[in-house]
Amino acid sequence: MASDVVNDFSIQVATVNGSGSQTANLVLIRSLFQMGIPVSGKNLFPSNIAGLPTWYTIRANWRGYIARKKDVDILVALNPETAREDVLALDAGAAVVYDAALKLDEVRADLTFYPVPFDELVKPVCPDAKLRRLVRNMIYDGVLSRLLGIDLAEMDRALEKQLGRKPKALALNRAALAAGDAYAAEHLSKADPFRVERMDATRGKILIEANAAVALGAMMAGVTVVTWYPITPSTSVVETLIDYMKRYRVDPETGKATFAIVQAEDELASIGMAIGAGWAGARSMTATSGPGMSLMAEFSGLGYFTEVPAVIIDVQRVGPSTGLPTRTSQGDMLSTAVLSHGDTKHIMLIPSSAEECYSLTMKAFDLAERFQTPVFVMTDLDLGMNTWMADEFPYPDAPLDRGKRLDRATLEKLPDWGRFMDVDGDGIPWRTVPGDGLPAYFNRGSGHNAKGQYSERAEDYTSLMDRLARKFETARRAVPPEVVDEVAGAQVAIAAYGTSHWAVEEARGQLAAEAGLATSYIRLRSYPFTQAVERFIDRHARVYVVEQNRDAQMLSLLKLDLTPGQVGKLRSVVYYTGLPIDARSISDEILAQEREARQRARP
Amino acid sequence: MTTPAPASPAAGRKINRINLEVAAYRGGRTTLCAGCGHNAISERIVDACFEMGVQPERMIKLSGIGCSSKSPAYFLGGSHGFNAVHGRMPAVATGALLANKTLLPIGVSGDGDTGAIGAGQFVHLMRRNVPIVYIVENNGCYGLTKGQLSPTADAGSALKNGVVSGLPAMDLCALAVQLGATFVARSFSGDKKQLSSVLKAALAHRGAALLDVISPCVTFNDHEGSTKSYAYVKDHADPLGEITFVPFFDDISVEYDPGSSIAVTLHDGSRVVLKKLDDKYDPRDKLAALALLHESNQRGELATGLIYVDPAKPSFVDLLNVVDTPLSFLPEAQTRPGREALADIMARLR
Ligand SMILES: Cc1ncc(C[n+]2csc(CCOP(=O)(O)OP(=O)(O)O)c2C)c(N)n1
Ligand code: SF4
Ligand SMILES: [Mg+2]
Repeated sequence: MASDVVNDFSIQVATVNGSGSQTANLVLIRSLFQMGIPVSGKNLFPSNIAGLPTWYTIRANWRGYIARKKDVDILVALNPETAREDVLALDAGAAVVYDAALKLDEVRADLTFYPVPFDELVKPVCPDAKLRRLVRNMIYDGVLSRLLGIDLAEMDRALEKQLGRKPKALALNRAALAAGDAYAAEHLSKADPFRVERMDATRGKILIEANAAVALGAMMAGVTVVTWYPITPSTSVVETLIDYMKRYRVDPETGKATFAIVQAEDELASIGMAIGAGWAGARSMTATSGPGMSLMAEFSGLGYFTEVPAVIIDVQRVGPSTGLPTRTSQGDMLSTAVLSHGDTKHIMLIPSSAEECYSLTMKAFDLAERFQTPVFVMTDLDLGMNTWMADEFPYPDAPLDRGKRLDRATLEKLPDWGRFMDVDGDGIPWRTVPGDGLPAYFNRGSGHNAKGQYSERAEDYTSLMDRLARKFETARRAVPPEVVDEVAGAQVAIAAYGTSHWAVEEARGQLAAEAGLATSYIRLRSYPFTQAVERFIDRHARVYVVEQNRDAQMLSLLKLDLTPGQVGKLRSVVYYTGLPIDARSISDEILAQEREARQRARP
Repeated sequence: MTTPAPASPAAGRKINRINLEVAAYRGGRTTLCAGCGHNAISERIVDACFEMGVQPERMIKLSGIGCSSKSPAYFLGGSHGFNAVHGRMPAVATGALLANKTLLPIGVSGDGDTGAIGAGQFVHLMRRNVPIVYIVENNGCYGLTKGQLSPTADAGSALKNGVVSGLPAMDLCALAVQLGATFVARSFSGDKKQLSSVLKAALAHRGAALLDVISPCVTFNDHEGSTKSYAYVKDHADPLGEITFVPFFDDISVEYDPGSSIAVTLHDGSRVVLKKLDDKYDPRDKLAALALLHESNQRGELATGLIYVDPAKPSFVDLLNVVDTPLSFLPEAQTRPGREALADIMARLR
């Protein structure tokens, strides 16, 4: 047996959609987390309710690398349909826990096989045949706890956390867990190198799906109007928000809500309502994904042109069209930056983590009101629907920024007021809202002058468009800045954003350790970019822009801001399989391009 | 552009119950064609709001896109307005009401804006019984894009360019009744008296009020062969009854012969009194309303007046169960949960 590999492996559980493996998978992750080991869980599932193959991957890594790992170290094969294929895809040396009936040990000889008679084990544990299908999964948790050395008590605790309120289910699952553990102790002899050891790297952290973090950010931002239309993978943003709001935003005395959440008839209506509410002074939001974004285009332009705040959460999935609805992507970056016709430009915030889904969503509401414009939070399916470790979310340290909402005292101090008049020189006018008793104005998506009156005059139009551009430049100084990790003397740099961050961090480790290539790193968090991006590019010879789409969309947006010299330094690394990007795909591609560059440089 | 302060009027000037002159309800100068039915409707809106004594700052006016949708700029200059995108005003109005349920919205749309591109949103606005006075200025054509057929053009009606509609007309009133609107009326831009009464009653109603107002387009659809022309409507309008609207704040009692009139009390205590021409008709009867619309369509006639009303059904905002203060004016203390809430949530995720 090779030397031990401690706290560094990936587990893939292959089951059938709808077979109830979620509890077993979450218990597995949570028990590792409770043992202090950095961990992540990703559900690779089909667009289907039940019956199609689904894979759940768990990554444990003592260094904290929790991006998807390309290769699988331990396969739990429970899906007869895909089992052979799953086994053939493994690297030599991997371990396979499988349903003994599948006879997978006949497929290859270079793996460690652990056959488990699931059906036989589940029978005595769960006399009710109808429930067996659900309880059965807990057996592999028991087996893995024994094989990997996961403390059974931690599994038990995790199980209780998961099912605590359902005593009957808890008892059945406990029995299954014990049965798996006992079977492994008695019948399986450990022959693979993977095992766990307690660490202390998760203290003070939480486990959360980042869509819930977005919901929390919205609630703590004081959202009052939420309008939406269900679409994977954004649905759980609003469904979780509904749960939170019912609990924390209902007046205990009157039983009345301090919010309204409306399921609209489509995304044209959901964003229309959000715009109507934002215009009328509410903090409003909607959440959607690609197809919904396409439908929201016209209203997004209206919001930009008539300067109405609203927050739009885009949990990106694979397009074009319906695409791969349950797979992840960063494919809406370019279209969202300019969503709608005419010279439209939008502010986008781009979280990389659950913490940022919380903090940047909250920030989006402040920016939307400060800049009186729709603000887009660009997350993705990998973040939104998967389980992430995060630091506990801090309570907001600043009051809400409601922007330039006029009151009577301010109105009296202003030399002159028109709804679209730039009295402060920052491109941002002052607004009134219906019902505030202050001067009214007529909002229109057609050409208008500084007072909001209909106008087709060339000067009125160009001065409005120039002011909107000026406002966008002001936003450049207010958006969350890029996060820069500059390595002294590094010639090569990486620029990335969103969930690619996790794979980039690991890829930088690989490049340094395996190829001696030190890389600087800039993580983009907003559009418009701040001035820091240009300065960063100036200090490096080549900058690899890593992203999860085919067309290097962020690179295109960067080009709009950069000089030809700076553009010449940009290289592209794209990944667009629908799976979350992995480190190896990045480091391999960067090394290949570096080699090519060296060859070309040779005379 | 600014809200007029209630001032004591010059001697002899007429003021309403909140001390405003009619001028306080006027808007900018119209840019529509002279004689366009839409202009007459704007004038009736000004009169109705003045007579009802509504506060301009509580009203909002909304519209989609079209000649009709331009008209909110021409009335209620002291109220906030939103001329949105084609066919999607219902969503904007709904959102504004979610933000502030105390607002009184008037929506102005066209037959294309409502019946074609906006049919989906119209359906859901009515179905939700969103409290709005929703006026369709119905000219049977697209005015702003210069005269194409709209979905309310009657089968067989011809446009000025000779194009004949081969499809059946959409009856917006029947649709609204069927969908759950709680106030459905039809009128004609040229019928000052009836349109005023209907408008005032709609303003007193709390729920989705659809007003399908035939409003001839003098430029593209007011010729022989058009069923939305002045001449055609004058000849074919079939009033259901003479409508009188009695605002609850006016201490007047109107005597009607009980045998020939029917009175419906609206949300705010106002009453609509229908002096019957047709003995059998009761606007609270949904089936009767649908039958009436169907039968008059068959006869090539337009039933005008109050077609259906249900003052008791709770409106969309009543069902939301939100706090009394408009959400748009809630202070941070009420919208951002305290530290304990976040700590509680974090503890569960640990
Ligand atoms: C998305 C979109 N498509 C098309 C148009 C062009 N358009 C403007 S008004 C209009 C028709 C308006 O007809 P109607 O609602 O009946 O109003 P009217 O002008 O007759 O009062 C059309 C098609 C538009 N503004 N937006
Ligand atoms: S084109 Fe027709 S609908 Fe438009 S303003 Fe002129 S008359 Fe009115
Ligand atoms: Mg029309």
